[in-house]
Amino acid sequence: MSSANGCPGGCPVPRELTPPSPLSFPPTVTSEQIEHLHRRFKQLSRDQLTIRKENFDSIPDLEFNPIRGKIVHAFFDKRNLRQESDGLADEINFEDFLTIMSYFRPIEMNMDEEQLDRFRKEKLKFLFHMYDSDHDGKITLQEYRNVVEELLSGNPHLEKESARSIADGAMMEAASICGPDQVYEGITFEDFLKMWQGIDIETKMHVRFLNMDTIAHCY
Amino acid sequence: SPLLNLLLSLLSLVYCSAAAYVDKPNLSKSFLPRYEPDHGGAVGSSQDTRLHVFTVDYDYVQIPYEVTLWILLASLAKIGFHLYHRLPRLMPESCILIAIGALVGAIIFASDHKSPPVMNTSIYFLYLLPPIVLEEGYFMPTRPFFENFGSILWWSVLGSLLNSFGIGLSLYGVCQIEAFGLTDLNLLQNLLFGSMISAVDPVAALVVFEEASVNEQLYMMIFGESLLNDGITVVLYNIFIAFTQMHRYEEIESIDVFAGFARFFVVGLGGVLFGIVFGFVSAFMTRFTHNVSAIEPLLVFMFSYLSYLSAETLYISGILAMTACAVTMKKYVEENVSQNSYTTIKYFMKMLSSVSETLIFVFMGVSTVGKNHEWNWAFICFTLLFCLVWRTLSVFALFYISNKFRTYPFTFKDQLIISYSGLRGASSFSLAFLLPVNLFPRKKMFITATLVVIYFTVFIQGITIGPLVRYLDVKKTNKKESINEEIHVRLMDHLKAGIEDICGHWSHYQLRDKFKKFDNKYLKKILIREHQPKSSIVSLYKKMEIKLAIEMAESGMKISKSSTASLQRGRNRRVHRLSPAEVESMRDVLAHNLYQVRQRAPAYSRHNLPTNTNEKQAQEILIRRQHSLRQSCRKGNSLPWGRPARTTEVRYLSLPQGPSQHTRQKARRVTFTGNGSLHPSLLSFLSVFYMVITAAVSVSFQHCLVSSFSLSHKCRPILTYTLSKETEVSSTELPSVRENMEFRTPECFHCLHL
Repeated sequence: MSSANGCPGGCPVPRELTPPSPLSFPPTVTSEQIEHLHRRFKQLSRDQLTIRKENFDSIPDLEFNPIRGKIVHAFFDKRNLRQESDGLADEINFEDFLTIMSYFRPIEMNMDEEQLDRFRKEKLKFLFHMYDSDHDGKITLQEYRNVVEELLSGNPHLEKESARSIADGAMMEAASICGPDQVYEGITFEDFLKMWQGIDIETKMHVRFLNMDTIAHCY
Repeated sequence: SPLLNLLLSLLSLVYCSAAAYVDKPNLSKSFLPRYEPDHGGAVGSSQDTRLHVFTVDYDYVQIPYEVTLWILLASLAKIGFHLYHRLPRLMPESCILIAIGALVGAIIFASDHKSPPVMNTSIYFLYLLPPIVLEEGYFMPTRPFFENFGSILWWSVLGSLLNSFGIGLSLYGVCQIEAFGLTDLNLLQNLLFGSMISAVDPVAALVVFEEASVNEQLYMMIFGESLLNDGITVVLYNIFIAFTQMHRYEEIESIDVFAGFARFFVVGLGGVLFGIVFGFVSAFMTRFTHNVSAIEPLLVFMFSYLSYLSAETLYISGILAMTACAVTMKKYVEENVSQNSYTTIKYFMKMLSSVSETLIFVFMGVSTVGKNHEWNWAFICFTLLFCLVWRTLSVFALFYISNKFRTYPFTFKDQLIISYSGLRGASSFSLAFLLPVNLFPRKKMFITATLVVIYFTVFIQGITIGPLVRYLDVKKTNKKESINEEIHVRLMDHLKAGIEDICGHWSHYQLRDKFKKFDNKYLKKILIREHQPKSSIVSLYKKMEIKLAIEMAESGMKISKSSTASLQRGRNRRVHRLSPAEVESMRDVLAHNLYQVRQRAPAYSRHNLPTNTNEKQAQEILIRRQHSLRQSCRKGNSLPWGRPARTTEVRYLSLPQGPSQHTRQKARRVTFTGNGSLHPSLLSFLSVFYMVITAAVSVSFQHCLVSSFSLSHKCRPILTYTLSKETEVSSTELPSVRENMEFRTPECFHCLHL
């Protein structure tokens, strides 16, 4: 299905990404970045229009990442893709790919308070969805344990017990911030926001999009 | 009160030292020297042939005596400085040190005494400088440093170069003006002076930053700058001296200038490589020392010092070598050495660097008051002006460029603060003092100018930088630490690495990842004994659990199971059964204890290590617990937890009260005798000295004891100990206490209390 220019069925023309609704954060992904991401998308999808989960297997370095499963999952999570429905999509197109990437944009200096706040909430929501694997809007103790186990899975000497007790300790800490009752059912998004109050998570959650020739990591 | 006590001792110390200086000529006349080398034919007065029961020989001990006196005086001043709570907020500690130095200098000058030769080139570069550099390198927070490494490198290297050349050239321009009488200073001398004066010593600024908890990036910029600036300045200094020694500077051709550049790089990079090699060697050595743990601190210090000296032999930058050695070594050595060695290393390092810095500042004060000055209004004023101007220029120019490459650029406020925190200190003075006079006939003027700049920056800028930081309201950092944050940061790291893999980007996270993998696979296996890869999350959690267990056991709480057990009962519904009171107390315990673990942001003070009041509390509790445990064992009762009321009757076994009471009595017993055979001030001085020594020893012993139980840096099994005596413990008791320590694992500890 490859044509001469490697773009079957027409490829989306790089353009300024316009927000689907006026409430989302300002469109400042530049066209060079979109161009670059598009090239990458084509590499991953092997010149198809959409990507499936299996396409992510072709990235060798990603194998060693302990939370690999969660990352890939996050790409297909409909809540991240701003679709009204819930659950997992089977495949994503380039626009969805860009949507996910836009969560990792660095903060612009000219944002005002409200935009900053929204931006921060978006990023935190992305993180929240990574924890909340069963899509019920709450992070339960079991889900938290799951995350910690995955994080520490790269370490063969650690027993499962330690990972579980760490997660328990973390939950207790969360209890002290959010109030004890909510924690027992699970941390909701409001509690999650409260936990991260004062810690500027948005400065940590960004990926630099430099204008340089990248090394293709997937063959 | 302790303040009064210290003031009394300070005054008597000053009086004694003054008396010692003033009466010195009398001393040598009224008392015989220790040996009479040229007895000749037994000709002499009747005094010679009698055996004297009591003689005083001051010349023999003069140099170490006076040096020790200075150090003690400065230490006492520091104690007094910190006791009076308002002072540390007003001015940096360097001010006090300089003031003390000026005082001593005034005394020496007034008494026309020859000051001891504490500062010459070899002493400074071989003995005084290495401890300061080692301490800076060892306590450097590696992760923020390497995250900002590009900016730091760019700023410190180019900043130093820009400042040196800028100030040097501007001063040369000023010197050309006939009216100022400076035309005999040639270009090289000006350039050298420029490089000397641009050595920054921002310890005072860092202390202010830390107190105001400014954001990490700003902190790291200043810290990194001070770290690299020393090395660069010394390298430039040596290059310029080498140029100056080529006698006629017309002989310097462009080839020499290029050689100078190349040398700069060789020296810098060579130093770093040297340091890394030595760091690995010493880390490897510490792998095998678990039977001889007493020599572990020795290994650390000697290898670092050796790296410095070896680099200096080859004319490579010893400072950078030592810094690289300390940074490389630290990670592996920390894993290998025993708890006591670790504490010893920390405290000894701080102590050495504190002593060095004190000596340099005191000497600076001493040489302020004296005859070796040459005041030239133009030179001095222009120097001051150019220092400020060039620093501001270089900050704004360089940061403008580096901001383009940073994701989170430094704001105008940040840059303003960075340019204002260019305090000069000991290094500039030392370099000025060590100028060879034959090459620099106007050395005195240089010294004067350097002193003026130092005084101005330390006093005026040092005092005003605190209010400035608070006024500008720089972005703060969040100092609370929690397991959640640790987990999330880790998650974020992996997430970012994953996303970057997907994007096909190369970035420094991947570099860091690769380094970590290499580290785990090869380096740690070779360099660390019984290597078990530890995750920082696990270490942090274990620390917290231990603290929580201690606190819970001691506060006599109703919750008798640890946090794991309570939640391990599985489902969320079960946990509802904890009563609200218990949850409240659990929350209190968490809130008060879990958030005060190992600080992320470095506590940079050259003069003390960060102490954790809760840590001390936990140790108090531990000590009390063990005492009650022993009492119960003595009574044949093996269940210590049946009598919670007894704990309040137990005497505190930590040592703050004992020695000072003891010494206070001693001070009262001192009387001043008035007769001639025994020098009155000497006696009083000896008693004061004894008091000071015992106070210092007991304080430091308490520190060692307290911090040897500190769990804040290492994830180690709990130490329990039994004191052999309950009375005041002196330093000689230390080995016996250590022998009585037993090691218990956390599980055992839980068994004991649950």
